[in-house]
Amino acid sequence: MPNGSNLAPINETLGNYSQLFMLLSAFVYMVAFILFALDLAKSNKIISEIDAAALKRDSEMLVGATATSVSAPRSTKRGAPVPRADNVSENVVNDKMNYTEHSSNRNMARIALVLSWLAVAMHGFAVIGRGVAAHRVPWGNMYEFLSTGALVVAVVYLVVLFFKDLRFMGSFIIGLVTLMLCGATIGFPTPLGHLMPALQSPWIVIHVSIAVFASALFSISFAMNVLQLIQHSRMNKIASGLPDKLPFMRLVPGAGALENFAYRINTIAFVMWTFTVIAGAIWAEAAWGRYWGWDPKEVWSFVIWVVYAGYLHARATGGWTGPRSAWLSIIGYGCVIFNFTIVNIFFNGLHSYAGV
Amino acid sequence: MAKNKRTAKDRGDAPALGLVGSLRWIWTQLTSMPTALFLLLLFAVAAVPGSIFPQRSMNPETVREYLNNNPVTGPWLDRFQLFDVYSSAWFSAIYILLFISLVGCIVPRVKKHAQALRTPPPRTPSRLNRLPQYTSLQLVEGEADTPSDDEVIDDAYKVLRKRGYRVERRSDATGRSVAAERGYTREIGNLTFHISLIGVLISVAIGGAFGYSGQRVIVEGETFVNSLVSYDAFTPGTNFNPENLTPYSVKLDKFDIVFDRESKTHFGQPLDFTAHVQTRRSADAEPVEEDIKVNHPLRINGADVYLVGNGYAPVVTVKDGNGDVAFSGPVVSVPQDSVYTSMMVIKAPDAKPEQLGFQGFLLPTALVDETGFGISGDPNAINPQLHLNSFAGNLGLDDGVPQNVYVLDTDNLTEVNSRNLDAGGIVLEAGQTYDLPDGKGSITFNDLKRFIGVDVNYDPSKIPMAIFSFLALAGLIVSLFTPRRRVWVKLKNNDGQRSVEYALLARGEDPRLERESTELHNIFDSKWPLASQKQDQGEVNA
Ligand code: HEM
Repeated sequence: MPNGSNLAPINETLGNYSQLFMLLSAFVYMVAFILFALDLAKSNKIISEIDAAALKRDSEMLVGATATSVSAPRSTKRGAPVPRADNVSENVVNDKMNYTEHSSNRNMARIALVLSWLAVAMHGFAVIGRGVAAHRVPWGNMYEFLSTGALVVAVVYLVVLFFKDLRFMGSFIIGLVTLMLCGATIGFPTPLGHLMPALQSPWIVIHVSIAVFASALFSISFAMNVLQLIQHSRMNKIASGLPDKLPFMRLVPGAGALENFAYRINTIAFVMWTFTVIAGAIWAEAAWGRYWGWDPKEVWSFVIWVVYAGYLHARATGGWTGPRSAWLSIIGYGCVIFNFTIVNIFFNGLHSYAGV
Repeated sequence: MAKNKRTAKDRGDAPALGLVGSLRWIWTQLTSMPTALFLLLLFAVAAVPGSIFPQRSMNPETVREYLNNNPVTGPWLDRFQLFDVYSSAWFSAIYILLFISLVGCIVPRVKKHAQALRTPPPRTPSRLNRLPQYTSLQLVEGEADTPSDDEVIDDAYKVLRKRGYRVERRSDATGRSVAAERGYTREIGNLTFHISLIGVLISVAIGGAFGYSGQRVIVEGETFVNSLVSYDAFTPGTNFNPENLTPYSVKLDKFDIVFDRESKTHFGQPLDFTAHVQTRRSADAEPVEEDIKVNHPLRINGADVYLVGNGYAPVVTVKDGNGDVAFSGPVVSVPQDSVYTSMMVIKAPDAKPEQLGFQGFLLPTALVDETGFGISGDPNAINPQLHLNSFAGNLGLDDGVPQNVYVLDTDNLTEVNSRNLDAGGIVLEAGQTYDLPDGKGSITFNDLKRFIGVDVNYDPSKIPMAIFSFLALAGLIVSLFTPRRRVWVKLKNNDGQRSVEYALLARGEDPRLERESTELHNIFDSKWPLASQKQDQGEVNA
């Protein structure tokens, strides 16, 4: 552990570069975000064309058939193209979220992805540079929690993209990352400094990094749960014969697939959060003399844990799948955000390291 | 859980239940999953007010202040125990019900799982191709390595057992097969997790009963001897016995703070606090030199001593109107800001003919600002000064009502020194003496020491708590990530053309079922000569 008397001096030059690159990466993220959004808009058009083509083919096939069979196209023989909205969407992103042939012609998304990687490289330099400049982990105050957390969100997302076609979440996730970086640089600009004595503990490395990681995963599953709800109500509308107002949602897998994927991420995040709480208790024991004292931060970490435990139960019993479990997960994420913002800034407890 | 369906029906004939029946009904309701879920969510909601209102257990002072500032709403909030949320009747009721529900849930599940562990894998379905993950492999007949019927069954048996399945060979009217099931540890993990939660609750109860915590301020040079009278404040557990306090002692030799002196933006921010102490673990033990730091408590005789505060303690001598020493010693002052501008109160009840009191500030590095007020420019004691007002009269200490040592009650006192009086305020540098007007006495600033505030905690629940927490974590991981699945492998014979069919069934969430199917395929492929394979269902991940 760094002893106060022999803390290595801070490298101010590197610190300044770190701040500069943080801003630059925020800018590049913003451009990537716009491109992801444009991709959705453009795909909207492509999908309409695919749709129109499918409908045309379908009506050619159904020449001579009665009007009722048009409204019940399910009855077409197996293997023939079925012009149902849900099936068209399968051509773009299937429920397994694997890359399919249609998914390759999304040039806008490709550029957005390249820019995202560029931004992550600069962002990574900024975060690591800050840590190197101060000879410590780069998560000691709000600015650093946010900027490091944003990096984790972005990296997790981009890595998952190697395996799953989650580009439909690009504008969500990269938008969130942009927002977090703006929050860090505008809301909590903090000059580089040493850690206060209360934070000088090996536990900051373990406890905070896992907490940031868990929060990043909760963010991703939150985005999925929101999309799930949108997809769910959209599918319901289409099923009851209303027009599809959100055709770009065909880039998104079905509500059930989103729910399952979000659940898997949430289970991992929940285990990490459990560990975060335990590690926090161990640290609190060493620093404050009690492992649990219902400090506001502890209260809210507990609330988050219980809400997500409720979510797991709700799904396990089978009765609460679908939108209801999605809402529990969203409420849980609301608590995560509350714990990070309102509790850090306005509730005064022992965790007053926010640097604000 | 599954039983609640039946419960719903039972409710129809509820009137005839009688007492036992009603209790039974309440029990089934309480241990049903929807109730558990409801209680769980209620538990989360109930914890929230404790983060909004100050809590007596943590900040009794803030609660008192809150009650003073909100004379109308405050007592109402207090009536609903909103300042003692975590020991309140309603919070306790929720978690007690939740844990009763938990026990009621665990017991039947333990029984059921004990049974399941002894039950062989279920019978082979007659038509495997109805199952979600189905594969049919055709054996090439007549090759050198073409397996016999027995070999096929044996190989499948061994492969599945090696992959952690419980396996059984079957033979019935539709042919020979192997039935396999795995993932029994999932439920064991789940039960471990839930039982550990009960362990966590019991640990907390043990800590509350047998632990204690106390606070104490120690000035440099002073010795703290562990006994009830030495504490400034003491909170015993419900079953605390003062004889359990072991007589160790802690002497504070020196307290060091390191401040940031390089950074422009963080100049003067503390970087390190170290208390150098001498400890004796028993009355006649040799003293040992140790350090206490913020993240590094002193562990002594089962108790832990934590560094929680610090400040300056100016050493002063007060002489009274008769010229006798009325007070002499260090005065603990309370830091108000980051440069340690510290509030101090000196009470000299022994002073005669009139009692004397002083209140004011210690400025570790005194500077004079443009309005003529003294301010501190640095947290280190570079140019320490005392800026005091003095009072004479009745300090109000004689009527036996306990007083806060950091507050001077000036109601019955006459001001002797202050900026508003001709005599002016008292400003003392180290070593200086000031004579009070009209021969009322004098005050000398002899020396400046530092003090530390320590929390002493004894909590026997720490170890069981750690064990149960980690058991819970381990159980959780096992229960969430162990797939539960069944596999059946069946040998078919169509006029001498044999084929091996197998199917997988997931029990609960299992995103890797398909991969398992592919893997089995690959293993069989390497063991037996197979003709072109055909897969009827389920795309296989590339
Ligand atoms: C103290 C309150 C409780 C907490 C914090 C809690 C927490 C959890 C967690 C985190 C899981 C996820 C593990 C998994 O899915 O395997 C779980 C699963 C489960 N819990 Fe609880 N639980 C509590 C009370 C209860 C009660 C009272 C019941 C019974 C009425 C219960 C029954 C179950 C069951 C059956 C599962 C397994 C679900 C599955 O296999 O997916 N729990 N619990």
